[in-house]
Amino acid sequence: MSVAGSDFAVRVEGLEKSFGHWPVLWDLDLTLDWGQLLVLFGANAVGKTTLLRILSTQARPDAGTLSVAGYDPVRTPNAVRRRIGVVGHQTCLYDDLTCRENLVYYGRLFGLTDIPRRVDEAISRVSLGHRADQRVRTLSNGMQKRASIARAILHRPPLLLLDEPEAGLDQESTVMLQGLLKEWAESGGAAIMTTHNVDLGLAWGETGKIGVLADGKVQVQEPGRYANVAEFRQVLSSSLVTRQRN
Amino acid sequence: MVLVWKDILLEVRSRELVISVLVFGLLVAVVFNFALDVTPQRVTAIAPGILWVAFAFAATMAMSRAFVREREQGGLEGLLLSPVSRDAIFLGKALTNLLFMLLVEMVLLPVFAVLFGFSAMSFTLIGTIVLATLGFSLVGTLFSAIAAQTRSREIMLPVLFFPVILPVIIGAVEASTRAIGGETTVGLGRWLPLLAVFDALFLVICPWVFSFVVEE
Amino acid sequence: MAETRQTELAHADSRESVTPLGPVRRSRDLRVYLVVLGGVMMLADLSFIFWVAPTDSILGDIQRVFYFHVPIAVMSFLAFFVVFVASIVYLVTRSPAWDRLAQASAEVGVVFVTLALITGVIWARPIWGVWWTWEPRLTTTLILWLIYVAYLMVRAYAANPNQGARYSAVVGIVGFVDVPIVYYSVIWWRSIHPSPVVGPLAQANALEGTMAAVLLFSFITFLILFVFLVAQRMALRETEDRLGGIKSAMRRRAESVF
Repeated sequence: MSVAGSDFAVRVEGLEKSFGHWPVLWDLDLTLDWGQLLVLFGANAVGKTTLLRILSTQARPDAGTLSVAGYDPVRTPNAVRRRIGVVGHQTCLYDDLTCRENLVYYGRLFGLTDIPRRVDEAISRVSLGHRADQRVRTLSNGMQKRASIARAILHRPPLLLLDEPEAGLDQESTVMLQGLLKEWAESGGAAIMTTHNVDLGLAWGETGKIGVLADGKVQVQEPGRYANVAEFRQVLSSSLVTRQRN
Repeated sequence: MVLVWKDILLEVRSRELVISVLVFGLLVAVVFNFALDVTPQRVTAIAPGILWVAFAFAATMAMSRAFVREREQGGLEGLLLSPVSRDAIFLGKALTNLLFMLLVEMVLLPVFAVLFGFSAMSFTLIGTIVLATLGFSLVGTLFSAIAAQTRSREIMLPVLFFPVILPVIIGAVEASTRAIGGETTVGLGRWLPLLAVFDALFLVICPWVFSFVVEE
Repeated sequence: MAETRQTELAHADSRESVTPLGPVRRSRDLRVYLVVLGGVMMLADLSFIFWVAPTDSILGDIQRVFYFHVPIAVMSFLAFFVVFVASIVYLVTRSPAWDRLAQASAEVGVVFVTLALITGVIWARPIWGVWWTWEPRLTTTLILWLIYVAYLMVRAYAANPNQGARYSAVVGIVGFVDVPIVYYSVIWWRSIHPSPVVGPLAQANALEGTMAAVLLFSFITFLILFVFLVAQRMALRETEDRLGGIKSAMRRRAESVF
């Protein structure tokens, strides 16, 4: 599943982004290999979503060189868009279409061939088969989120970007997502997800890297540096506390 | 085009946009009837004005509603994440807005014709409506994308839309007056080309600047 | 602890401002020159308008409004042309300087176009007998005013300054392209609906020699005033931006101190 010709799933050097005079990210370096998962911790408003939006071509960086799935998101956004799957805070699904219709619509936007089979695959991957022909409006939050994940994996992108995917997911779906991510990494893909949940983050991070976004940059944590798991958890928890900024 | 198909399917399901805009258009007609006291003698002078004020206001309502719907669950975000060129996205949205508005106008026009007693059927009038509505949807789609992202978006769309669209309203009213009056076609020769020039110009400019609007 | 932070911040401040200081000082010299020249010329212009220019034989003293009205109106058109060009260049290059120019020019332009409308109304009342008439140039000027007020509103109501810059650039381009169409549509519209108030004095007389000279002088004066105001506004915006840059450097430092 990895993309030939690109050594790194994500490579970011010297990324900077500010909103007006409000600096969000600066001197940010980040490297992610294929087959790796990166779990990103960080307090609210620290720039996790902004980072994912930049990687997913939705926001423009002020400075820095970027390579996402082998392509520059600023110069060749469409090449990047074809190779990433994004799950954000919003489902990006239309309430008055059924789950299947939504997926067919996205399949056509991505110019996929063999859309019905792919849609079936994605739906069964997130175990929504029994509700696929109901309007999204009638689904529970957890099911909508699963449908949103199905949308993100529909075009089989090698790189997944998930912004707090645990929000609104029930226990069963969380397990499903964990299995999916593991499968993604094993088949040579990569994923970055942000989270607020230390337990889930540690579980996801077992097979990959754990990073903390603070002071405008990503610091990759090495669990070995800490005396025990409890201390590591302490560090991660404290990174989630919103600092007073003035 | 898949965008148009999706929007039509959505509208068929919810029916909120076309219906509410239709009712709004009728209300405008009724209010103006009392405000201006339309008598048969003055109908050719006044009816086109009422017609186009109703159409223009209905257009702003329809288009701002259409963009809000795109943003509700992040549909626009999903659209922007797909490898479709921004030009195509703009033209798709503008085409959908054009079709919806034409549908609304095709229902409103006969109703207006009956209410104010003019004859609606003329190729000139239909041509005027198509050209002017194309202008509405090009400028309106662009500005509703801008307005949807700013604070006080309900006000921003009309504030941006009406000054820019004014030539279209003038042209449409003048052309309709001639079409409805059925008298001479004197002066018609310049209004339809004016609308066409406006459309052509904004057909080039709007897709280009749209990519800057949705960039972030 | 607090003290170290203070010195760190002061350090950040001084480091940030070393390089940009030079050009700012130079442009300030230019502005001083402009304001002196502009002030002298404005005084001269006023005396020319009120003492040198002959009283119009038909219109009387009110005709002197003309020496303000026409240059101001023309400068506002110039301002919006500058907005148009600066907006295009900004969208292509993303250089903040062009955005500053567009913003400064738009703000000064709105002030000028407002003055042009007011002087137009002052002119219209005694000469045409009405405060307002839907004359093509007047109408176009009013539409211009509406478009560029919307331009400033978009900038003010945007979610953040970058977005405001992009959105207003779009409005600056679309709005300016629209102006000629507005103008022609209003002219044609007028030709069908003749003005109800065509006073005996509606037609402007051919300008006599001295009048033309005063008008030309007035043009140059208002051009300098325009350039000065735009330069001043740009410098203010640049100072705001630099202050913002310092603030943002301070925020970064403050975070790293922890």
